[in-house]
Amino acid sequence: MNAAMTNYYYVVAFAIVGGVFGGLLLTVARIMRPNKVNKTKLEAYECGMEPFEGNWTQYSARFYVFALVFLIFDVEIAFLYPWGTVFRDFGVTSLIEMFVFIGVLLLGLVYAWKKGVLKWL
Amino acid sequence: MAIARPFLIALALVIFVLSNIVFFMWAEFKISGRVADRLGPMETGRFHGWAQPLADILKFLNKEDIIPANADKLIFRVAPFVGFIPVVMVLAAIPYTNKIFVRDFDIAVFFVIALSSFTFVSMVMGGWASGNKYSLLGAFRAAGMLLSYELPLGLAIAGVVMLSATLSLIGIVQHQTVWNIVLQPIGFLVFMVAMQAELQRSPFDLAVAESELVAGYSVEYSGMRYAMFQLGEFFGLWALASMAVLLFLGGWHGPYLPGIVWFFIKFYGIFLFLAFSRVSVPRVRPDQLMDLGWKILLPSALVNIVITATLIVLVPHYQLPLAISEFAILIGALYLMRRVLK
Repeated sequence: MNAAMTNYYYVVAFAIVGGVFGGLLLTVARIMRPNKVNKTKLEAYECGMEPFEGNWTQYSARFYVFALVFLIFDVEIAFLYPWGTVFRDFGVTSLIEMFVFIGVLLLGLVYAWKKGVLKWL
Repeated sequence: MAIARPFLIALALVIFVLSNIVFFMWAEFKISGRVADRLGPMETGRFHGWAQPLADILKFLNKEDIIPANADKLIFRVAPFVGFIPVVMVLAAIPYTNKIFVRDFDIAVFFVIALSSFTFVSMVMGGWASGNKYSLLGAFRAAGMLLSYELPLGLAIAGVVMLSATLSLIGIVQHQTVWNIVLQPIGFLVFMVAMQAELQRSPFDLAVAESELVAGYSVEYSGMRYAMFQLGEFFGLWALASMAVLLFLGGWHGPYLPGIVWFFIKFYGIFLFLAFSRVSVPRVRPDQLMDLGWKILLPSALVNIVITATLIVLVPHYQLPLAISEFAILIGALYLMRRVLK
């Protein structure tokens, strides 16, 4: 196995240990805990009142436009990291190129801001 | 033996981190007690309530586990694992000194950021699957927080990556002859704020918000399943506080004492900061949170990147000019904000 494969073998091992550990905790709890279920306990909790109007109510997500802007910027970050490791080898050229890239996105952010997207309605 | 080794290391690390978490819990009880002019736990275990976290764990184990009748049962059961497993995986990438580490990942920074934001996925899963209005609100708030805070966090770290030209955490620490907090004060501030949001700690605990949403995404969770969310949060604290130490505070560098001691001194410094800011800053509103993320932290992180990149490329000995210009901008911006807010 080469180094990268060994790294990911370790990651998988950590994931398995995490899962088994969590499962173990739940199993111990299952053995120790009481189990007296009744109908009232299984209702959705609404501060003591009886639940009304179904439980998956409609919710207006105020920030769905944010999510689009977020996606664009998140991809930008994914590009920034590899660029950040090598940009000094290419000098001013890489600097200008990245500034154009960031600038265009920043312009988009300013446009969204002016359009009132960044407002919790 | 070579096959079993990673599993044993993982188990040992999980137990080590857990024992620290027990201490975190006790320290937080005591600190938040003293700040509020209370004593905190005093009875359990006789000496200053040292056994209180252990008693809490026993209580979690003995608590009846209730899955509401109209919950989405599969997702309800899976959600705590989604919150817990990724933060355990993060432990594989975190070095403590240049000798004591699990594996030296060449993309460690990416790896830690990517996995530690799984907490939000687990919150949305748990909150949605509970079939409860409070928890649905909590889940949406968690999603909104992820949208506002992932970007400043990633961009603040990008500045550090540019300085050291590597994504390996060991490489980043070895590159810090001057601690990055001196070269990147803006990045450090942005990172510390975004980190608290990522950890769902009190100024930014909108998705939990006991006083508004009862317990947010975790209303319907009880017993050990709830405790797993909490554990995941504490493991995340371990990961991100270590990241703060490694990226900005020079990791294991320090005079006289051995590296591992320095690492944990700095680590517990960050922990104390988190514990105090939790009890001294009131919770922000969701719209304030989005404003803070998008209108203050994101632009400042971008400014930080632009300054850092320009100075690295154009100035041969960039360290002193970089530190001076960053501090000048930081102080100027804080002064301006004070003027505007008055």
